[in-house]
Amino acid sequence: MLNIAVLLKQTFDTEEKIVVTPDGSISSGEAKLVINPYDEYALEEALRQRELHGGKVYVITSGPEKAEEALRTALAMGADEAVRLESEGSTLLAGGDSHTIAAALAEILRPLAPDLVLAGLFAVDSGSGSVALQVAERLSLPHASAAVKLDIAGAEGAAASGAIPAGAKTAERFAIVERDVEGDTETVAIPLPALVTAQQGLNEPRYPSLPGIMKAKKKPLVRVNPADFGNEWLTAAAARTVRTALFPPEPRAAGKRLPGSPAEQAAALTQLLQTAVKLG
Amino acid sequence: MAKTILVFAECRDGKLRRVALEALGAARLLAGGDGEVHAVLAGSGAVSGEADALAVRGADVVHVADDSALQSYAPEAYLAAIGAAIDAVQPDALLLGHTAAGRDLAPRLAAKYNAGHIADVTAIDGAGDDAVFTRPLYAGKALERRSFAAAAAAANTGGPSVITIRPNNLPPAEAIDGGRQGTVQPLPFTVPALYTAVRSLVRRTGGQLDLAEADVVVSGGRGVRSAAGFEPLQALAGVLGGAIGASRGACDAGYCGYALQIGQTGKVVTPQLYIACGISGAIQHLAGMSQSRVIVAINKDPDAPIFGVADYGVVGDLFEVVPLLTAELQRTLASPEA
Ligand SMILES: Cc1cc2nc3c(=O)[nH]c(=O)nc-3n(C[C@H](O)[C@H](O)[C@H](O)COP(=O)(O)OP(=O)(O)OC[C@H]3O[C@@H](n4cnc5c(N)ncnc54)[C@H](O)[C@@H]3O)c2cc1C
Repeated sequence: MLNIAVLLKQTFDTEEKIVVTPDGSISSGEAKLVINPYDEYALEEALRQRELHGGKVYVITSGPEKAEEALRTALAMGADEAVRLESEGSTLLAGGDSHTIAAALAEILRPLAPDLVLAGLFAVDSGSGSVALQVAERLSLPHASAAVKLDIAGAEGAAASGAIPAGAKTAERFAIVERDVEGDTETVAIPLPALVTAQQGLNEPRYPSLPGIMKAKKKPLVRVNPADFGNEWLTAAAARTVRTALFPPEPRAAGKRLPGSPAEQAAALTQLLQTAVKLG
Repeated sequence: MAKTILVFAECRDGKLRRVALEALGAARLLAGGDGEVHAVLAGSGAVSGEADALAVRGADVVHVADDSALQSYAPEAYLAAIGAAIDAVQPDALLLGHTAAGRDLAPRLAAKYNAGHIADVTAIDGAGDDAVFTRPLYAGKALERRSFAAAAAAANTGGPSVITIRPNNLPPAEAIDGGRQGTVQPLPFTVPALYTAVRSLVRRTGGQLDLAEADVVVSGGRGVRSAAGFEPLQALAGVLGGAIGASRGACDAGYCGYALQIGQTGKVVTPQLYIACGISGAIQHLAGMSQSRVIVAINKDPDAPIFGVADYGVVGDLFEVVPLLTAELQRTLASPEA
């Protein structure tokens, strides 16, 4: 049995252009929303591990009501239960600081006491990659980030495979993780319970099946309001950082096409690069 | 107001990474004229030799944590070393590179000290309490400025604000004239019971410069047609001292590993020069490279969207153009008057 919690976030589809409105916010207009691609790898891995070991998969998000679409998709893919931290009406969660979100997610996870927490390496919108590891610290869980392969092994199996050197912490089960380190691959073993973040390449996420979609409608989706955590918690979880401006990147000046034969193009480009860039 | 700033001076294979000097430069600015800058070096054996490089470039004190537990990367050992430096120095802010290690350590340190984390910073304006940090959203499709909340600072438990900076964006610290030199001292710390057992590290990059830190990136897309199709690109990168990158199209087709992928779901790079070969320029790819200083696109389709962000566009066959360009650059760079 392996109970797994997956942290996921609803983000804009990566196909979407991002339009910054004059008042300095991002226009959500008709943008298509999806499960953050990295969180999708985490979810797929949770489902595969459950197929191997049994147990339950919980999916947890912090977001507005619309984010329940992402939870329903996750349930349709095969997750068992969903939890949404309601961000609407909560100036706290709407503030969107990683400190606050991590504090809230940790509150949800504590009573669930999962054997494994899976999350994406980062969200393709805010791009900080901070929340999941803050959660690990708050729950005193060891972590391994940027997993491209994950195996759960019993202590004997892990020791037999040479993954657990003498002197390391003992546990009943270990996560054996191949992690991407700037292109190199490192293999580590960490005792469960633990948190692992998913890198691209971990797996190929499945699509929700039609029966899956039907079943998802009846699966439990619990809503939790951060106000229920109490005033003391709210004060402690207040955002540590604030956004002071949001703006589009400088548009790039129109470029230049180089005419002529390939040899002429190569010569012209060499000339241009010599002045434009410090080469050598 | 003068500040005390601590820098995690990250090493790779016992050598300081350039991003460590970029963090040191940023720390000097954040500290203000009469502020203090501390650096923590962590590793086993060789790293101690790097302390002087920090001490002559603006670090007032270099704390050296030298222990065999820091030989390979177990996060809890590094967290203990940096934690010991934080407890000793009581900094207002902690700066790390937004690298594999920095991204791994910073969130845990922020949570441990109940502090905020501003990640992947590409520009810093102002100093002390007025510092404002610029960072990309949606991999650069938008940008935000963020600062540490004053209210939170007041309620703070005394932990440092945590900042990770993107490599290749902030100027590195230079040696300070006049011979001002900081002190170097050992950092005592207790190695915790390790959770993480490191079984192996397989080098797939062959010691290649990390993509995020490279000054020049030569990237291939589906247009390279095979793994062997990357060879002319490697030759070009070799002449320019650059690193190889790729589009997801090339990765999905199996021409190269995902570690090379550039884009919204891959690496974001901001080199001095980015050369895209046989890449159409999908929005996800553009997000990862359009902040590069100079962009060159080589593509046989004149309508490819990559030309929309390219400073110099070459409409042509990459298998013809790239070798010619390599030869031309080699000739020019070799000639003394160049
Ligand atoms: C969720 C999601 C996330 C994604 N994230 C990323 C990401 O992070 N990074 C990324 O790159 N993509 C990403 N993509 C994929 C992206 O949408 C494109 O499919 C991909 O970038 C296309 O790769 P390509 O340009 O190499 O291939 P293509 O679009 O097939 O383009 C190949 C180009 O090569 C040119 N060509 C062919 N032969 C030659 C030749 N001999 N000489 C010169 N030119 C030639 C063609 O004219 C064409 O323009 C993502 C997609 C999704 C759905």
